[in-house]
Amino acid sequence: MNSSFWRLPLLTFCSLVLLWQAAVVLFKVPDYLLPSPVEIAILIPARTRDLLRALLVTGGEALGGFLLSAVVGIAVGLFFAISTVIRRCLYPYVVLLQTIPIIAISPLILLWLGNGSLSVLFISFLISVPAVVANTTQGLISVETNLLNLFRMGNASIAAVLFKLRLPHALPHIFVGLKIAAGASVVGALVGETFAGSSALGAGGLGYNSIYALSQLATPYLFALILTSSLLGLLFFLLVTTLERVMVGRWHESVLGDRMD
Amino acid sequence: MRTIDEARPRESADALSEPTFLSIANLSKAYAADRPVLHEFSLTAKAGEFVSLLGVSGCGKSTLLKIIAGLSPLSSGSVRIAGMNPEAAREIMSFVFQDPALLPWRTVARNVELALEFEGLSRSLRAARVESVLSLVGLGAVGRYYPRQLSGGMKMRVSLARALATTPRLLLMDEPFAALDAMMRNRLNEELLALKEQQRWTTLFVTHSIAEAVFLSDRIILMGANPGRVCEEIAVQLPAARTASLRSEPAFLHLVGQVGKRLAGIRA
Repeated sequence: MNSSFWRLPLLTFCSLVLLWQAAVVLFKVPDYLLPSPVEIAILIPARTRDLLRALLVTGGEALGGFLLSAVVGIAVGLFFAISTVIRRCLYPYVVLLQTIPIIAISPLILLWLGNGSLSVLFISFLISVPAVVANTTQGLISVETNLLNLFRMGNASIAAVLFKLRLPHALPHIFVGLKIAAGASVVGALVGETFAGSSALGAGGLGYNSIYALSQLATPYLFALILTSSLLGLLFFLLVTTLERVMVGRWHESVLGDRMD
Repeated sequence: MRTIDEARPRESADALSEPTFLSIANLSKAYAADRPVLHEFSLTAKAGEFVSLLGVSGCGKSTLLKIIAGLSPLSSGSVRIAGMNPEAAREIMSFVFQDPALLPWRTVARNVELALEFEGLSRSLRAARVESVLSLVGLGAVGRYYPRQLSGGMKMRVSLARALATTPRLLLMDEPFAALDAMMRNRLNEELLALKEQQRWTTLFVTHSIAEAVFLSDRIILMGANPGRVCEEIAVQLPAARTASLRSEPAFLHLVGQVGKRLAGIRA
């Protein structure tokens, strides 16, 4: 990506920030309603330690939830691909899990796992796992008939079909699922914390701190937390796209451009 | 070069005197009782013979190839390849599909290698074989490219290389060049014949193109539809050494016209 790609978006960003600053100063908006960009920019270095600690707490929970959903999601997808019976029995419930607002069952999770990071991690996992299962399954079972016939002609074993054909074919699909899961796991951790964040003052993650900042009307800090949360989401997204580039970048159409004729 | 024996026009008495390599007897196939696909289909082919199946869409040509490959069960009748049933004969056959059926995550060389991995060949043997078969189809230089980077004609050559890597005795080809432009199709037809001169496999070739069938075949089977059946066999009595110039010769053009007329007769 060249520098001209970023020029216009950056210009948009700067204009919006300037507009925001001007509006706050011009209309004398009180900072507990809408702090100015300058105010937030001054606050961030002053509270870097708090923000970083919150980032690490939430980041840890989200990473745990994400990794768990990756491992469990891909494993379940493999089972679904191997056995049509298992898939028919359980797949509808994976879809159903996607439709249940996790917020609605988070009190139950609190009841069973107690207050704290474990509950948050589990909520993060529940929110992110259906996308991995659905996309992995879809990728594994959508192999072209002729490729399957090719493997049958070679008398390939079930393991060979799975590891030499289905799994590599499913990789781009799996990464679609992982990208959704990466975003969802951060959302899950943030939302989870508003329910189950640590009760110790100031020790919680970004979600818990947000609730706390709100109750104090510390709006500039709330904005700093929002920025930090966005950073966390971005980090997760970069993590997955980098992994994708390494694993399927060489061959997949979405990444590869040049053709030889 | 072909031997004089191979170049001789085939007559039925001739066919009986030589050992049969492929034998299909009274083969019927139906997906449901009221949906017959193939009805009492019989065909024999000698080793090294090139037989084309020509017919309208839905006459069961592709299904027939799948049955011979053991990829689809038959309802009744028998298929023997060198005395074996289809599943047992997989080791001596290769299938070339209508699309190149390449694995996009493997390089060209690794795609060709796949067929050899199935055979359980050692890594060094595989590498040598891949190299020789790729240069055979004129792709010696593109082994490290990915399929996505190749043109349609090159992809089809890779597919052919993979099929030939295991030195099959029977090659099943299901409209392999149908998606290519006419020029590329002609070129690959010529290359296919040249390769066959060297490796001498038996071919069953499904196509929609009359000219392609005439150019390639020793024998053409005209098939009728609903249900699929043999309507007519035509021996192609053209010189054995066939090159691009054959396509403009009167004998070739005459035969293409003849086959076209017969095919139109079946449709009516």
